[in-house]
Amino acid sequence: MGAAAFFGLAGIAFGPALALVLFTVASEPLRVIVLVAGAFFWLVSLLLASLIWFVSVHLSDREDAKLQYNLLIFGAAVSVLLQEAFRFAYFKLLKKADEGLAMVSEDGHSPISFRQMAYVSGLSFGIISGVFSVINILADSIGPGTVGIHGDSPYYFITSAFLTMALVLLHTFWGVIFFDACEKGRYWCLGLVVASHLLTSGLTFLNPWYEASLVPIFFITLCMGLWAFVTAGGSLHNILKCLSCKQQDDSRVMMYSALQVPFED
Amino acid sequence: MITFMNNSDSEEEPCNERTSLMSAESPPVPSYQDGLQASEAGEAQARRKRRAGSSCSPNSIADGEVSDSGVPVRGNALENEEEELTLKYGAKHVIMLFVPVTLCMIVVVATIKSVRFYTEKNGQLIYTPFSEDTPSVGQRLLNSVLNTIIMISVIVVMTVFLVLLYKYRCYKFIHGWLILSSLMLLFLFTYIYLGEVLKTYNVAMDYPTLFLVIWNFGAVGMICIHWKGPLQLQQAYLIMISALMALVFIKYLPEWSAWVILGAISIYDLMAVLCPKGPLRMLVETAQERNEPIFPALIYSSAMMWTVGMAKQDTARGPSQQTWDAAEDGRENHRSPSHADSQMSETRSPVPTHPIASLEEVEEEERGVKLGLGDFIFYSVLVGKAAATASGDWNTTLACFVAILI
Repeated sequence: MGAAAFFGLAGIAFGPALALVLFTVASEPLRVIVLVAGAFFWLVSLLLASLIWFVSVHLSDREDAKLQYNLLIFGAAVSVLLQEAFRFAYFKLLKKADEGLAMVSEDGHSPISFRQMAYVSGLSFGIISGVFSVINILADSIGPGTVGIHGDSPYYFITSAFLTMALVLLHTFWGVIFFDACEKGRYWCLGLVVASHLLTSGLTFLNPWYEASLVPIFFITLCMGLWAFVTAGGSLHNILKCLSCKQQDDSRVMMYSALQVPFED
Repeated sequence: MITFMNNSDSEEEPCNERTSLMSAESPPVPSYQDGLQASEAGEAQARRKRRAGSSCSPNSIADGEVSDSGVPVRGNALENEEEELTLKYGAKHVIMLFVPVTLCMIVVVATIKSVRFYTEKNGQLIYTPFSEDTPSVGQRLLNSVLNTIIMISVIVVMTVFLVLLYKYRCYKFIHGWLILSSLMLLFLFTYIYLGEVLKTYNVAMDYPTLFLVIWNFGAVGMICIHWKGPLQLQQAYLIMISALMALVFIKYLPEWSAWVILGAISIYDLMAVLCPKGPLRMLVETAQERNEPIFPALIYSSAMMWTVGMAKQDTARGPSQQTWDAAEDGRENHRSPSHADSQMSETRSPVPTHPIASLEEVEEEERGVKLGLGDFIFYSVLVGKAAATASGDWNTTLACFVAILI
């Protein structure tokens, strides 16, 4: 335990997220704003979901353990649905913002593309939901203690960190797929995203049995990642082109300077 | 202190700051996000309202209108370009504000979580005489409301007093008051803070070292804040004194009173700024009439401005503290006029910021944003209280943080 555990867990849980933010979001102020606003939307959805769960718990019989467990499952499902609903609301808001930005910009293009906004919004949902799942665990991991000393799994902290990493990535992918599906009107994609979110959430209920929950969740993450990549326009060809992109730039530069000549006349 | 606002090429700079009350009379400004949804009407008015997304809004609005009347024909393209620049730099300015606010909150939260002193209840300020240790909920609520009323009335009285002083040109008194309060903040509170931190980590420090450290810290702070200094050092000092002030509030305000006071202060803020007879507004008007900057050391500025006649034209040189800030709708961009929260007197004074106009062309990036120190303190108290009362739960603190940024 102690600092090693803290930094290790934090690195596992937020390594990808931190890298993504540092390299893609931090330098552009508009993206930072989209990030923070997305986090806020997720928080509101969580607030509503927790209100619903809280009310239902208070109205029910506290003693009945089975009922409380079922209410927990119900609460988780409601939370997932509300998160997706708020993702949709954020989509609507960003759409309007995109139009506004395009309208006031010089050349009619908004300074941030809609795909970028989809990615950043997914990332924001992921970061804030990951933070909310794991920050208390991180805080506890600094202090003295033994994990699972009362008979629970000793792997609790590390599996939580991995789960958080998967969650961050999943939300990012879901964001990209969701926004694209909404734009193109492919509602079956939306349904699949919601279904996979529900599935992931449900898998976590298997939790002390980590093989059954973590492995499928990472598999889902991988699939979603590939799907998001294809949705965003990626392909094997693109990857190869990206890896050997040096010559391409040169020719483009030459074309541009060739274009300059007429203007000078 | 002389301004060349009228002579400088202010038309090209949408973010030129000048105190203006026109925006305060204008219809409510949409938030930054709403502002991005351009209205179809898209007339200049609406566009200027959107400029409120950047913090230089009221000035730019006034400026835009002044320059519009001065220059009769303004191409649409030019306005569009201004808008584009404003939005782009508006976003940048918002981010430039995120960082200091975040830093201040981090300092406050870190201190609250680690130093026990600031969460122990050791009495209350005289401004909140009613205790909250009552058995019944109703009584507690009543006491907190009474505390709030007393605190807000103290603030109102102090603000009015300050406005009167300003109106009757008692500058020496005001300067003396400000210097005294920043002295107290920089020396006394730092001493207490340092003492508590050393106690928490069980580090021994002898008095000569302590004296040296605090003397240096305080002296440099006074110079940086009230006179000239490197911009980042100035910013760092302002963040630190805001954090110290916030910590004091967190310690000495009882729980429910703190939350009610926070709510009441936001309402008071709105009223003081928007009502025609509001003290802050009168202050701004007076200052505008006299065309003067006032009140150093109460505004956080994120960029430097060239001062007239500055010897070294070095970008690293920070300007003097004479800045104006327009007193206008703070609720939209969380940027209400700055407030001087001195420990001795809970004043809320606006700090209209108005740049010492430059003879040179100042680029957009250098037009930073300004945020009143009172806002820093306000936000930090919010987050600090959440951290203190949440008994180890970080989720609450983080949620507060995100909500404040929004």
